[in-house]
Amino acid sequence: MDLLSLFPSWLIEHGAAFIIILPLLMGAITSILPSRSLAWWTAFIVTVIVTLTSFGLVLNMMSEGTTVYSMGGWDPPHGIGLVVDALSAPVLLLISAMAVLTMVYGMPATIAEVEPKKRAPFYAAFLLCFAGLMGMVVTGDAFNVFVFLEVSSISTYALVAMGAARDRRALTASFNYLIMGSIGATFFVIGLGFLYMETGTLNMADMARILADLDGGSRVAKVAFGFIVVGLGLKLAMFPLHTWLPGAYAYAPSMVTIFLASTATKAALYLLLRFTFTVFDPSFEYVGTLVKYLLIGVGVVGMIFASLQAIFQTDVRRTLAFSSVAQVGYMLLGIGLATAAGLAAGYLHLLNHAVIKGGLFIALGAFWYRFGITRVEDFQGLSKTMPWTMGAFTVSALSLIGVPFTAGFVSKVNLATAAADKGWWWAVAVIVVTSVLAIIYMGRILLSAYFGDAPEINGEVAKRNEAPLMMLVPMWVLAIMSIAIGSNIFNLGDNFVGAAEAAARLLLGSGA
Amino acid sequence: MSVLFEQYNYAIVIILMMTGLYVVFASRNFIKKLVGLSIFQTSVFLLYITIGKVSGGQPPIIVDSHGDDHASLEPVLVAAAGAKEAVGHAAAKSDVLYSNPLPHVLILTAIVVGVATLAIGLSLIVRIREIYGTIEEDEIEALDYQYNLEGTAD
Repeated sequence: MDLLSLFPSWLIEHGAAFIIILPLLMGAITSILPSRSLAWWTAFIVTVIVTLTSFGLVLNMMSEGTTVYSMGGWDPPHGIGLVVDALSAPVLLLISAMAVLTMVYGMPATIAEVEPKKRAPFYAAFLLCFAGLMGMVVTGDAFNVFVFLEVSSISTYALVAMGAARDRRALTASFNYLIMGSIGATFFVIGLGFLYMETGTLNMADMARILADLDGGSRVAKVAFGFIVVGLGLKLAMFPLHTWLPGAYAYAPSMVTIFLASTATKAALYLLLRFTFTVFDPSFEYVGTLVKYLLIGVGVVGMIFASLQAIFQTDVRRTLAFSSVAQVGYMLLGIGLATAAGLAAGYLHLLNHAVIKGGLFIALGAFWYRFGITRVEDFQGLSKTMPWTMGAFTVSALSLIGVPFTAGFVSKVNLATAAADKGWWWAVAVIVVTSVLAIIYMGRILLSAYFGDAPEINGEVAKRNEAPLMMLVPMWVLAIMSIAIGSNIFNLGDNFVGAAEAAARLLLGSGA
Repeated sequence: MSVLFEQYNYAIVIILMMTGLYVVFASRNFIKKLVGLSIFQTSVFLLYITIGKVSGGQPPIIVDSHGDDHASLEPVLVAAAGAKEAVGHAAAKSDVLYSNPLPHVLILTAIVVGVATLAIGLSLIVRIREIYGTIEEDEIEALDYQYNLEGTAD
């Protein structure tokens, strides 16, 4: 690897710890920085450094294979191990890259949405949330997962509540999220407690070994698995447990929505994959049954119901939020198939959906920034007033629907193929039907934007008023990525599919 | 029934857990919801502490025969050299049965998390009270319904 030699060796060696510690420390420092622009620069530089480090870790993972970093020199079964493998490394890179794009977008957006004296703490909370998410993904210690889960969740509650300056409903949305999120985290901890009772260890690899010896017959392990799935289900907005999500996404500051929509539920979904396939094993009867009936059941019902709900929303932010719940359904369907192809498709959709939803929410934030609009009826004539922003929105929207040559198409086709391989033609039908529903809820917005006339403001037709460059750049980066993944430009499509297949191999290989 | 009394700790945990969860979902007052959440979390703390107790176990403090100040530091240093050795070392030093200290340490972290959640929740309630003038969920929903009908000002 040529690129790998550009990274200093200490950075690669300690990278797994560095990507958590740097944002955690700098978060504390950022909160007390006197200057607001200095706070932005600090946070921005931190996200860039972490992204570069994650990239180095991905390269290193590709050449060296799985690496386990012993935190503080204590070796894993007793100390905490940080695991960089084919499953965690792409998610690490995804989260940190999205953090950089969010920060770029966030400079103009935060000035418009957050009061001046609250901006430095706002960036600090963002960094803490970022550190928590990175920690959740990289750690190999089950209790550590809970700690990082709560680090990211608690800072998220504060970040969502910051939307109160724009819309007072942010406060109740944040409170509901706090209640549901805490119940979810507590369920997760109860599950861990039972697992610890049964295995006497907190290290995930060690747990997996002991559980395999038990042959999955123990009642305590069954209860533990149930609690963990429900707890993570709350965090990842699994269908009946998603009620906190539309409010939190709709009323949070737009920068927070972008980051949450593209990373927070993805990190929780990653944990579900880790626990279901590497700690437990779908070959245990109770795990297999739950994966097959519960995950697929709620996944499919969620896909249909959330898509239908998305159609009837008047606020575009809520439409996209319900669409996110529906997309989680696709990923759960992929996990539920529990075949290599199904897992790869679910994992690929996890990565692609982050790119797609990030792009959509950035464009949406830009519309609000220029015209203060979020409702579908106000989108009339936006193709004339903000053509570039609407262009990026359109590309991402087509990708969400799953039009050929876009990212959404690749993952939906892979998912449908995986379902068809298993002979589940009804699942293919559901994917097609929900894609049609996506055409309806996204098409409604696009029709209004392209075929409506620009509205009159104070007797004059609204003039062309493009979003600032700081917003156009991240949204077009994501829109072009959508196309690049779909049409395999720069080999991006092959890289994503390859990463997903490697992750699926790792998930299925460990237990067999 | 006798099982219930023999394992009364689990009975307490389950009762507290269900009480807390019920209070969270049944009450419409935000403060009461937080109270329920705290009870729910506390039940988990008890669960962890319960599983750390080994019957007949002593508090996990290693008493060294030297008896001076740095004596208690020694097992830590030995442990740093290799956790496995430390276990053997401690076992060789005394035949006392110790309770498991790990769940206590875990729960110390969880308590901190619980306090932070409670603090954020209470500060949100203060802000909600300032803006809406009430902390009853029904009244807030009615106010927001009105707000939605009028359309957002922005």
